[in-house]
Amino acid sequence: MTIFTHLYKEDRAGGVLLGLLLAAGLLVPVLNLGLGEAHPLHLSTYTVTLLGKYLCYALLAMAVDMAWGYLGILTLGHGAFFALGGYAMGMYLMRQIGSRGVYGHPLLPDFMVFLNWKELPWFWHGFDGFIFALLMVMAVPGLLAFLFGWFAFRSRVTGVYLSIMTQALTYALMLAFFRNDLGFGGNNGLTDFKEILGFSLQADGTRAGLFAASAAALALGYLACRFITRSRLGKLCTAIRDQEDRARFIGYRVEAAKLWVFVFSAVLAGIAGALYVPQVGIINPTEFAPLASIEAVVWVAVGGRATLYGAVLGALIINYAKSYLTAAFPDAWLFGLGALFVLVTLFLPQGVAGLLQMVPFRKKGGTP
Amino acid sequence: MTTLERFRNFWPRDRVFDFLVPQTPPDLDLTHGVILYLEGITVSFGGFKAIDDLNLYIEDGELRCIIGPNGAGKSTLMDIITGKTRPDAGSAWFGQQINLLKMTEPEIARAGIGRKFQKPTVFENHTVQDNLELAMAGPKAVWPTLTARLNAAQRERIESVLETVGLQAQIHRRAGALSHGQKQWLEIGMLLMQNPKLLLVDEPVAGMTQQESERTAELLVSLAGPRSVVVVEHDMEFVRSIARKVTVLHQGRVLAEGSMDDVQHDPRVVEVYLGGEPCSTLKN
Repeated sequence: MTIFTHLYKEDRAGGVLLGLLLAAGLLVPVLNLGLGEAHPLHLSTYTVTLLGKYLCYALLAMAVDMAWGYLGILTLGHGAFFALGGYAMGMYLMRQIGSRGVYGHPLLPDFMVFLNWKELPWFWHGFDGFIFALLMVMAVPGLLAFLFGWFAFRSRVTGVYLSIMTQALTYALMLAFFRNDLGFGGNNGLTDFKEILGFSLQADGTRAGLFAASAAALALGYLACRFITRSRLGKLCTAIRDQEDRARFIGYRVEAAKLWVFVFSAVLAGIAGALYVPQVGIINPTEFAPLASIEAVVWVAVGGRATLYGAVLGALIINYAKSYLTAAFPDAWLFGLGALFVLVTLFLPQGVAGLLQMVPFRKKGGTP
Repeated sequence: MTTLERFRNFWPRDRVFDFLVPQTPPDLDLTHGVILYLEGITVSFGGFKAIDDLNLYIEDGELRCIIGPNGAGKSTLMDIITGKTRPDAGSAWFGQQINLLKMTEPEIARAGIGRKFQKPTVFENHTVQDNLELAMAGPKAVWPTLTARLNAAQRERIESVLETVGLQAQIHRRAGALSHGQKQWLEIGMLLMQNPKLLLVDEPVAGMTQQESERTAELLVSLAGPRSVVVVEHDMEFVRSIARKVTVLHQGRVLAEGSMDDVQHDPRVVEVYLGGEPCSTLKN
């Protein structure tokens, strides 16, 4: 408990966020599993999964905030890292199906049997192990971000050109993953998952567990981001964002700092994708679509840049609105999203977090 | 000795792999009393020679002013010394040992050359203290930066630099909220945090009030001695108030060099600056 009171004093919003995540991680499974369906406070499994999905989006938003809010890299391709993490998890889940697929092949996933493949491609080996898959969830997005950043930051590409490159990156990956012969299921992607770690993905208990895992990942992700942004490296990041040359001429290798924080951000996005896939039950190339990455940027803009908790808030608000509006007004939803983005940019440049900061909180024995 | 320490002694990573040995530039060798050698430097941008076979020597501890009309190559000169621009020909040495043309901007900064930009360039979203903390000499790789914490000696160092540049009262203010002059002083303070041996100061008093530029003059004069200071400036009165030795640049070459009096009576300087007519700005 002391960690919460300490956090609450130092970083009110962060303390509230972690407290809420802890409460949700404990309460939501209880309300879902512990209460009968007739009970007024009962949460349906559908709702639990929906909330879990939101938390994954929130983690992705936090990753975007690290890159955009703190480093100043307007990334329009973070969906690529999210999807790669998702694919790594999807490959594990595919291998777990074993011989229970439609074709009943003991080793090959259904889509490979369908394509008349005789043996497992080399890059599918190892994914039957959960630990290996977890490593790949982090390593693949991390490696891609490293390679991308290595070339982009060293050649000092910045601003809108860098944004376009990130966009091109995710678009190229989308086109590649649409191809059947790449070996990731083409446009159908990976689906029909049965179980994770031996627990059936259809079971309520597994869904509640995945929700709790998402809440825990978001909380740990927040703590890790907070550790970085409060360190001298974090100060350096915002310094680079505001005055890159000055940072370089006081002796920092700017590209190295950018590179590692960008890699960290990509790994976070990968983890978010890995938690997302077992909850939605499918991963396909549309996750690489540029629009998905742009939406993540809108979440951060609406929530408020460079606050971390703002990114979480933005992701939750917009996705809730999206779930509601797509059901209530399917045609108007995209207009709603566009209008929201324009209005926030015009009237709330600091996002919802900026609005919250304007509310005067009374601090003990000090000025607000 | 803890297990961890024993393990470290057993497996000293920096001695196992050569590439992990921290890269330290060779010590600054000032045996001949000259801190900066620029010889035969030539830079052209699309046919236009911004710097043309320029030779310049800065002595250890001196305060040098560089003047010259617009387009004389003053800023390009700064860019070459700090590694931003690579010359087409020539050599640039820092002391006897350090070849500036083979180093990147951060390496040059860590070797001991600090540069103040023409426009005050500070981290506006950080406090004055954080600005100085970021600039402080020390390991600047990613991992040490992540784990760095200010210790008492470093806090004292920050305070003493604040005292030098006269910003003690502003320590917790956001740098963006400072006045124009204060930002210039903060930037000079940031350079001092790096313990530089050579300070390059580009137009320090542009846009300053009379009092502010007098204080800046005092500050720059007091900084020379333990380190060398090179000032690029347009304001002749300011140059006169601080300069022992003045270098006049014109069309990428050194036109004249000497005391302020010598320089301003040099007929070639008068010709360039004044187009042959006597002018009050240079005569004061």
